[in-house]
Amino acid sequence: MIKRLLALLLIGGLGGVFLLLWLDFTPPTELNEVARYYAEQSAPDLGTVNITTAIIVTYRGLDTLGEVTVLFLSAAVVGMVLVRGRRRTAATAEGLVSGGELLASGSRLLVPLILLLGVYIFVNGHLTPGGGFQGGAILASAVLLMLLADPTRRFSHRLITLVESSTGLSYVLLGVVGIVLAGGFLDTRILPLGEFGTLFSAGAIPLIYSLIGLKVGAEFASMLANLSETEAL
Amino acid sequence: MDALSPLAVHAAMATGFLLILLGFYGVLTQRNILRMVVAFTLSTTGVNLVIIAIGYTLRRTAPILDEAVPLAEASARIIDPLPQALVLTAIVIGLGITALMLAYVYKIYQVRRTLDIGKLSELKW
Repeated sequence: MIKRLLALLLIGGLGGVFLLLWLDFTPPTELNEVARYYAEQSAPDLGTVNITTAIIVTYRGLDTLGEVTVLFLSAAVVGMVLVRGRRRTAATAEGLVSGGELLASGSRLLVPLILLLGVYIFVNGHLTPGGGFQGGAILASAVLLMLLADPTRRFSHRLITLVESSTGLSYVLLGVVGIVLAGGFLDTRILPLGEFGTLFSAGAIPLIYSLIGLKVGAEFASMLANLSETEAL
Repeated sequence: MDALSPLAVHAAMATGFLLILLGFYGVLTQRNILRMVVAFTLSTTGVNLVIIAIGYTLRRTAPILDEAVPLAEASARIIDPLPQALVLTAIVIGLGITALMLAYVYKIYQVRRTLDIGKLSELKW
């Protein structure tokens, strides 16, 4: 009981801090200096329609590289932690309920469409709301659907690892090319900016975001595959 | 509608703060590790909601240029794009962390055959 009381006290204190912040907050009416710079300069500088994409891929590209690295690390550790539980034997696979006819047929129809949608979303990341992370998550949702339809399905870990490492390597290499040909590491102006608002524009941003999309998709797919391959306890 | 907009921002922010508090309370009081993981993801969602609410400016639109938002008017028409970029990062990292926590929970159950945090007392002092 005393523990619950202490927890309530802590939450109360934190709630008080939040309440002060909340009462003091007035929504801004103007953009601050940084945001105004992004709003005015990202289109002439980088040729992106979606300003958030310009921030993620170019202005804060190093952060995104770090983010992809964190994601890779967590996927790798998930694989490492679960590695002993892997290789579900035929005997334990017996107990798995299959997804049923509806889900199996539905997934055959839907998986290609979902993959297409994912690719569309990350290829158009510089033009529409969307991008590599969202598109990659959609790609992985196709993998999830296949696993739901048939829990005993196995994916090639070699293929997933190949996609993951080759896209990651190309991402870093593109960043290094930026040092040579443009302003610095991960500068996307290594390719011509092209016509504003078209698919082949914004320099290397669509290329980098597609690589990120494939990498995130492979990352999530490897997590899902690892989780599904652990044996039932 | 216009009169309600400031309220909407404050409501979103209050919801975010409440989710954070709820999540922390869950982490502190729940005994089942799986429930602690769920509580943790609740507070992650709360943090994201608060950051998005901070970046919102009244009567403005998404930071994407098109016919409705030409470049010349961009700085007067769009909301702050930076919090959105931050939250995009935070969501992805949050997912990675959740997967990691679930993998650890699996491992703990595999070794100890219990999900009760009270029975895992090696690090207790």
